[in-house]
Parts: sequence; structure tokens; C-alpha cells
Amino acid sequence: MNDIKERQARLQQLVADILQEAKAQGASAAEAGVSSDAGLSLNVRMGEPETIEHTRDSGLGVTVYFGQRKGSANTSDLSPEAVRETVRAACNFARYTSEDDCSGLADADLMATDQPDLDLYHPWEQSVDEAIELAQTCEAAARDQDSRIVNSEGASIDSHAGLHVYGNSHGFISSYPSSRHSMSCAVAGQDGDSMQRDYWYSQSRRHEDLETPEAVGRMAAERTVARLGARRIATGEAPVLFQADVAVGLLRSFLGAIRGSALYRKASFLLDHLDQRVFPEFVRIHEMPYLPRGLGSAAFDSEGVATREQDFVSDGILCSYLLDSYAARKMGMQTTGNAGGVHNLRTTCGSLDRQGLLKSMGRGLLVTELMGQGVNTVTGDYSRGAAGFWVEDGEIQYPVEEITIAGNMKEMMLGLQDIGCDVETRTSVQTGSWLIDRMMIAGQ
Amino acid sequence: MSDLIQIAHETLLTPTGLGESDLDRMLGELVGGGIDAADIYFQSSRLESWMLEDGIIKEGSHSIEQGAGIRAISGEKTGFAYSDELHLAPLIDAARAARAITRSGGDGTVKVARLTPVRQLYQPINPLISLTEAEKVELLRRVDAEARKQDSRVKQVIVSLVGAHDVMMVAATDGTLSADVRPLVRLNVHVIVEQGERREQGSSGGGARDSFQFLLDEERALGFAREAVRQALVNLEAVDAPAGTMPVVLGPGWPGVLLHEAVGHGLEGDFNRKGTSAFSGRIGEKVASSCCTVVDDGTLPGRRGSLSVDDEGTESQNTVLIEDGVLKGYLQDKHNARLMGVESTGNGRRESYAHLPLPRMTNTYMLPGSYDPQEIIASVDKGLYAVNFGGGQVDITSGRFVFSASEAYLIENGKVTTPVKGATLIGNGPEAMLQISMVGNDLALDQGVGVCGKEGQSVPVGVGQPTLRIDELTVGGTGGLSNLP
Repeated sequence: MNDIKERQARLQQLVADILQEAKAQGASAAEAGVSSDAGLSLNVRMGEPETIEHTRDSGLGVTVYFGQRKGSANTSDLSPEAVRETVRAACNFARYTSEDDCSGLADADLMATDQPDLDLYHPWEQSVDEAIELAQTCEAAARDQDSRIVNSEGASIDSHAGLHVYGNSHGFISSYPSSRHSMSCAVAGQDGDSMQRDYWYSQSRRHEDLETPEAVGRMAAERTVARLGARRIATGEAPVLFQADVAVGLLRSFLGAIRGSALYRKASFLLDHLDQRVFPEFVRIHEMPYLPRGLGSAAFDSEGVATREQDFVSDGILCSYLLDSYAARKMGMQTTGNAGGVHNLRTTCGSLDRQGLLKSMGRGLLVTELMGQGVNTVTGDYSRGAAGFWVEDGEIQYPVEEITIAGNMKEMMLGLQDIGCDVETRTSVQTGSWLIDRMMIAGQ
Repeated sequence: MSDLIQIAHETLLTPTGLGESDLDRMLGELVGGGIDAADIYFQSSRLESWMLEDGIIKEGSHSIEQGAGIRAISGEKTGFAYSDELHLAPLIDAARAARAITRSGGDGTVKVARLTPVRQLYQPINPLISLTEAEKVELLRRVDAEARKQDSRVKQVIVSLVGAHDVMMVAATDGTLSADVRPLVRLNVHVIVEQGERREQGSSGGGARDSFQFLLDEERALGFAREAVRQALVNLEAVDAPAGTMPVVLGPGWPGVLLHEAVGHGLEGDFNRKGTSAFSGRIGEKVASSCCTVVDDGTLPGRRGSLSVDDEGTESQNTVLIEDGVLKGYLQDKHNARLMGVESTGNGRRESYAHLPLPRMTNTYMLPGSYDPQEIIASVDKGLYAVNFGGGQVDITSGRFVFSASEAYLIENGKVTTPVKGATLIGNGPEAMLQISMVGNDLALDQGVGVCGKEGQSVPVGVGQPTLRIDELTVGGTGGLSNLP
């Protein structure tokens, strides 16, 4: 812990030096971020270690302002000469960019003043051999689960810990250490001529909070075996239940449409929808930046602005956009402390788990995987490849693949029937399964 | 010493006082004791990007990445470590960490470096200095003006210009010593058009392993602006796409992303060594209709996906993947080639020194057939004609792939008619390839904007194809059966 405090002090000093250098080179304002991270990534396949990677990354980024013109530069080299050269490069760019009324640091009075301990730093003191053993246990659990598991892409352990420092010429400078660990497993199953693969993973700030290796392996195997014998279904309309892990993707698409950069470019289907109904009344979408050990927790955003608990959707009404200070100025509004993204997002969840939602749906499609990038943020048009299960009388009938589901995000959001209590917790954007009243399925 | 090696020495080793003997010493740390192969990859990469939006030059940024990645291989095991400091001590540390995959120490020998003359597919230039800053800014402004003057419905224009100057050198225990200087430039235009309440987008772009002058030649950059606007205006007229299975005609060029997803990834050596690809163990089998010959060609001069040598120092090749419908070969890096008992095909690529090499595609395309493109369209009674695409994705194991159309039309009675909204197309690689019944004589390669992602690593690639007809493919629109042509 002393070691990290010492490194923290050193990197904070580096940021102060960069800001000083920018001022010396004539910048009227500047901001800089430095991060440094070390870790281990390894993969075990068919019981044997396959790759063992020692990672060690550092980088600095600086943005300088000459009045309303800005320039940026970054480098992986933290030596004093590289710092000077990087600041010089940023200053040079600022000579050629245009005057932009909206550019500049976030307002000084919005800077975070509290430094709560969000408990994000839990390095995993493990040897390479211990990590290999965990991955071996995980993969073995998957391969032993079912005789139809015939091949493996292996099990992986990823563990990273590091520091991030941000500072700007308002005098704000702050940093926090954090860690992130994950364990994952992917296997292939065979039934007749067809092969299927699937995976599972667990992720957390503290390794003690990871699922057991056996649980991760078994889940990977169960999900793979469940897909065997998948077939296509006929083209037609049906209700669709997005399992929690893929429902997160819908929520992210919604966030993409309320992001300031999409709005001021008129590139969002939710343009001019503030204070309008975008979801049914039961839906609340809120941000909680201060969750201890939260995967998205942070006391300040990437401009140093204090983060805050806030609602984006309340009683189904879009009550706030997602803004950084640039987009806010473009739109004549105030930043929402979301430069760099959201910090732990949750939705309302109902009382039903996935099983309950299947019963509620009766007949329809359960989607467990989405493929491709077919979400058009400008129009809301949605068309993606999907795989999952066909459901009759609330029961899974058979696995389904090689189909697409399509609709328009606006109608899909308003057609949301229920959100499950089976909340996906492995990501910083969290929700349960989403039941959508109807979508177009293209198949045979 | 070749010019490239000399440039690489001066860029990568000289600044920190590293020399030949230090390379030998690092490789010496890596040999023997059960290590079958090892390499050190030095890289210095400078990247510059500019962005215009709302008619003003909004952002300019510069980035420097440099370091070395050290890999040691024992059987199927790979140890890897890297350092962003090009000094002897951290590099020796990284070498020891990488080789820790085997317990035993021991003596081994490093083969004497053999320097083979490299066939250069592009000039070893620094594209970042090929235009002055003022000229770059002027280029962005001209592209913006060109887009806006096309049509008053153009409401937003975003232009980005990116250049990269990448210097690499690789030394390996098998005697490889190779270097490359890789220029890469790209310009993208994205526009939003508005008509009443309706807004649509269009985008275009292109690039090459060349100087920024490439974008000025033949007014290429202005052409991208006109093309982005044309696409966006077409989309303003688009109706809901049909849903269901139907004949699909794919246009020439960028729609070759079909081959990248449906065929290319499934033929990468790592998946086939492990037996997890839908194409595993199928060499010599018919995996596409007999009108299909597909190659991966890293040797096209100046193309975005081309490489004089790959990131393991192997000269790139033109590799036949499928010939007259029969599966001929896989794409190999050294590691997977060794384990499968074949030679590398020059497809060992890595995003940077901080990433492990993997078998990756370069420029993947289908050779032309004999049909006139009009004849192919005329052969379809009711179907879809798709000419532009966003990205795609594939599940290697089941062979399922998707790619999303950004410009498509209905075909009715052999004629291209109404534009339809972007729809995702889905199929199974080997099955879809067997459904290709006509191949056009109009082979085109894409404009040079492709990026391929695999295991979290991005590398520039190219694709291409002639116009082709797939007899049956699933089209994922919202139009339903009633909108079926």
C-alpha cells in the first residue's frame, strides 16, 4: 500500500509538471491524464498453459488551449524529454485548429472536491502457477460437465491493477488506484456434424468476489450444450425476451442516443426528446457513481467534474441527456458529469426472474446472443443477427440460430413490457432481462 | 545492411545506445532449455489525426508509441512480456519473464541472422511530413465544402484525417532479422442529411500505405465527400427492408467483407490447429460453389492491407484459400505453422509491440468470373441488391456470420428499384459460399478503410470482390412478408 501511495505521489507530480510545461509553452489552459497499469493475462487450453502475458502499460495524454483553440498529444513514454516533446506537439496542433466558442476546460466551480474512498483497489497477489491452476480448474469443470463438450478455446485469467491521475489548470489534480480481475472460459460442443461454442466469464474489482472457477466452467459448458441442435425458425413477428447480458447492449444503445455528441450533431433518434416519454412509466434509469467496488465507480469524470447520483429516465420520461462540458455548451446546457461515459448505471427491475419472464411471454423468442453492428443511432433502426431459444407456453422448446431480429429502437423502448430481477452485474451498465412486445424475426 | 534495417536501427536502437551485441545478448537469454523459438519485436509508431466538424478544425492530436515485445515459445506454450523503455535492463527483464514458461535453464544457440533483401511494396516514407499542417487543414476544409455544396439538405459534415508512420524491426532465434517502415493514411467523411423530420447518414473514405498526397491525387478526398452525400440522400428515400430468405446480389468492392467474415477468419491457422473452426480438417473438400476462387494477398503495392514483411519478418504472399470451390489452405503465422507442420504464409500480424502475433488476413478477395454485372441483376426476379456495408462479425465455430448493409435496393423483375433501409444479412459461411451461383467480371478492391478486430487487436486490412449472386440468404429487415418484393 505504501508503494502505491509513493507511485501516486510521483504520477501526480508528473501531471503537475506537464501542466507547468504547458503554461511555460504559452498555453492559456491545459489538462492532462497519466495512467500506469500492470497485470497478468494467461490462458490454459486442454489442461496446458498456452499463453502467459505480463502486461505493463503507461501513458500520458495532454490537451492544451490557446484561448478557444486546442491541441492534443499523447505518448507511452513518461520520460522528461518525451513529456516536453508531447506538450510541444499539442501546442503545435493548437496553432492550426480553429477558434471554437465551446471549447475549454469544464467550469472551475464544478470540479470534484470530495475524495471518497470507493474501495476500488484490490491487487491480486498470486503467482503465475496459482493463476494457471485456477484456469485449469475452470477449464476442467467445463470439459467434464458434458460428454458433448469436445473441444476448448481454454480458460483465461486476467488481472490488472494500476493508477489514474487527472489534473487541469484550474488547480484540480486527483488520482485513484483501481484493480480489475476476470476469469473466463470458452468451449466447443458437437452434436452430429454441427459445432457450437459459447463462453462465460466473471469480473470484479476484488478477486474474492469472482465466481468460483468451477461455476464459470460449468456455466460455459451448459450454455454451449444448450445450443446444440440449433435450427432456424420461420419469418414472422413475435415477442422477444433479451436475456440480461444482451439487454445491457440495448441499454448501451439508448445511452448512445442521449449522448451529447450524438445530439449536437443531430445524429440521434432521441433528438428533442427531453421531458418526453421514451419508456413505459415503470422504467427508471439512474446513475450511482459512488458504489463501493463498483466497476464504473468514480468521484470525478474525465474533466475533473464531480460525478453525481442522477436519473436519466424517471417514470418513463427522458429527464436528462448525458453530457460533457463541450456538448453542454453546444446545446446551451450544463454538463452532467459524464465526460468519458457513465459511472454505474442501473435500471428499475421487476419481481420476475428469467423463468418468470418466459412464463409471462408465453410464446416468443428468448435472445441470448446478438451479432453485428446493426444499430443506427441516427434513425433508431435496429437489425441484428441473433441466437437463442424458441419458447412456447413459457417453456424453452429448442435452440435457434441464424436469424435476425429487427425493429426501431424508439418503438422497442416504448414496447418494453417488463425488466427482470436477474440483473447482470459483471458490467458497469446493469439491468435485468428485457421483454419487448414484438419484433420482426427473419428466418426461413 | 539494407536501407530498412538501417532506418530501423537509427529509429529504434541508436537513441538509447542499443547495438547488435545487445540484440544478441537478449536473444541469448531466450534460447535453450526447452524454448523452441523466440523473437524480439521493436516498434516506434507515430500517429497524427485531425478532425473537422461544424465547418471548423475542431481537433488535432499526435501520438507516439514505442517499445519492444519479447516472446518465447515452448511447444504450444507462449510466454510474452514487453517494455515501453528501449533500454537493455528492462528488455533483459522482459526476456526473462517471457522465458519463465519453462523451468529449465540451459544453453542453446542463436542462428546467425540472415538478411534477405525485402521486396518493398511501399516507400519507406514518413507520411506525417508529406503535407504541411496548413495543407492538411486546407484539405479538410475543401472536403467539407465539397460535401456541403452537393445538396442543401446536408446538415452536418465530419471529416477525419489520420496518418501513421510505423517503424518495426524483428529479430528471432531462427536467424530472422527484418525491418519495415510502414506509412498509412486515411480520410473519412461522415454526413447527416435532413429532409423535414427525417434524418439519415452516409459515409465514405479511403486510404493507402502512401503519403497524404494519395488523398489529393485524382481528387480522391473530394470524391469521398460526394459519395458520402450520395449515400445519405439515397437513404432519405429508403423504405423498410424486407425480412426473410431471398436471392441477394452483392456489389463489387467493399461488400467483399462477406469473404472476410464468411471465409477468411475461419481459415486462420490458430482456429484450425485447435480444431474449433467450421472449416477445420476440410482441406481438399468443396466448401464453396465452383465459381469461387478466394485469395488472401498481402503483396498488392501500396494497399492498406499489404505488408512487405509480416510482423514475424516473413515476406507476405498471395495465398490461395479456395480454388474453384475447393478449400486449398489456411493463413499461418510461424507458431501455428510449426505446430501444424507447414510453412508460415506471411500472415503473422500484431496490433503493436504490446500484443502477441496472430494469424491475420491482409487483402482478402474473390477473383473475377465471366458475368456482366447487369446480367447478374437481371437474373433475379425478386431479391436484394446490396452495395455498401458497415461492419460484420463471425462465429468461427458454427460458421455463422452477419454483416450490415448501409446501402441496398430491391430487385424486382431483374431491375434495381427502391432503396431499402440498412438490414443485417445473416448466413453460415460454408453454406452461403455454396449458394454463390454467378460471379461478375468487375473485380474491385475497397477504398482502403478496413479495420479487422480479433482477440482485442485491430489491424488494417483490405477486401474485394466482383458483383456476385447468392441464391439464398436471410435478410433482416422490418418490412415483413408484406414488403417482400
